Amino acid sequence: MPWLALVGIVLFLVGAIWGLGFAPADSKQGNSYRIIFLHVPASFLAMAGYYVMAICGAVGLIWRMKISFMMMKSAAPIGAVLTFISLVTGSIWGKPTWGTWWEWDARITFMLILFFLYLGVWALQTSYQDRDAADKTSAILALVGTVNIPIIYKSVDWWYSLHQPATLKLTGPSSIDASMAYPLIVMIVAFYVLYTWMLLDRTRIEILERERKSRWVQAIFGQ
Amino acid sequence: MHPLRKQRLFTVLFIVIASSTVIALMLYAARESINLFYPPSKIVDGEAPVGRNIKAGGCVVPGSVVRSDKSLQIDFDITDGRATISVVYEGILPDLFAEGEAAVVDGKLDADFKLHATRVLAKHDENYTPAEVSENLQASEESAGYKGQGAEHVKTCESVSYDS
Repeated sequence: MPWLALVGIVLFLVGAIWGLGFAPADSKQGNSYRIIFLHVPASFLAMAGYYVMAICGAVGLIWRMKISFMMMKSAAPIGAVLTFISLVTGSIWGKPTWGTWWEWDARITFMLILFFLYLGVWALQTSYQDRDAADKTSAILALVGTVNIPIIYKSVDWWYSLHQPATLKLTGPSSIDASMAYPLIVMIVAFYVLYTWMLLDRTRIEILERERKSRWVQAIFGQ
Repeated sequence: MHPLRKQRLFTVLFIVIASSTVIALMLYAARESINLFYPPSKIVDGEAPVGRNIKAGGCVVPGSVVRSDKSLQIDFDITDGRATISVVYEGILPDLFAEGEAAVVDGKLDADFKLHATRVLAKHDENYTPAEVSENLQASEESAGYKGQGAEHVKTCESVSYDS
């Protein structure tokens, strides 16, 4: 799937150059707002990726499909990295904007829990000798954690929080100027494409690793 | 669907629903502590403890900010539209602190509901506008008759809603 990577990288470069170089500065925050071009797409994918992981886990548990578990395992590190990017960029933005690196705000705290859920699934995968037990336990953890996603999403509406409410809205007009929204949307699409590419690529590696004793894998590597 | 798979499907659904219910109940029980701050109306109602460290959040009332000439002391009022409390703070404010913008302050209440702040955070709203667009917006609103402090207050603080 090199074309998928190519599309993703081109979109990423277009979005990044457009957003960082050409989009106008914000009237209140100046240039520091530009971190949303990383922060927002990374947060979107961190949450969407969790559903990918949990649904793969559910399919694996119900239909006992091996490939589904392999995809679930591959989604965990990617999601952890995206959540980490979201937390770090948010923190870097928070210092000049809010005046603090970290606040035990609902949105931020539940995002940190999401990070630990990803790490938990990842750790469970590697802590069992038995493949089957590892897959089942980590799928159950992934399923239990799904409740966190709507909580993160609605946290700014349910509680008084420091984090601002959603800017891009599914219903109603977004509260971001079009000149800033377009590069942001390009970046979000770029992150989706790159996520898909990374997930498929990691899953392929995982298949090869788990099936390394099978004849077709050995035929590929000429043994 | 194969009965065995159906059974597994129900097990999966049970795991998701049961864990969601447990966590929803926990969050419901802890809802007051998950709130980062008290809005001024709750402080005036006496819900916030006096003499202990609390956080209060609201819109900085335009025209209420008074800076001292001799020290870094600053006095201002915050409101949630229903009640207003005054805040006194000594120190450096974040760049985005401004009249008509939301802020979260950390400090102790005294008996007259005056908050002695040890830290002030600026709460950014969800609006992103380039400088030229925001100037045009202000100009058009002023020409349409939205003038004076009251209108300015309503306009800038309308995004701060505390209605739970």
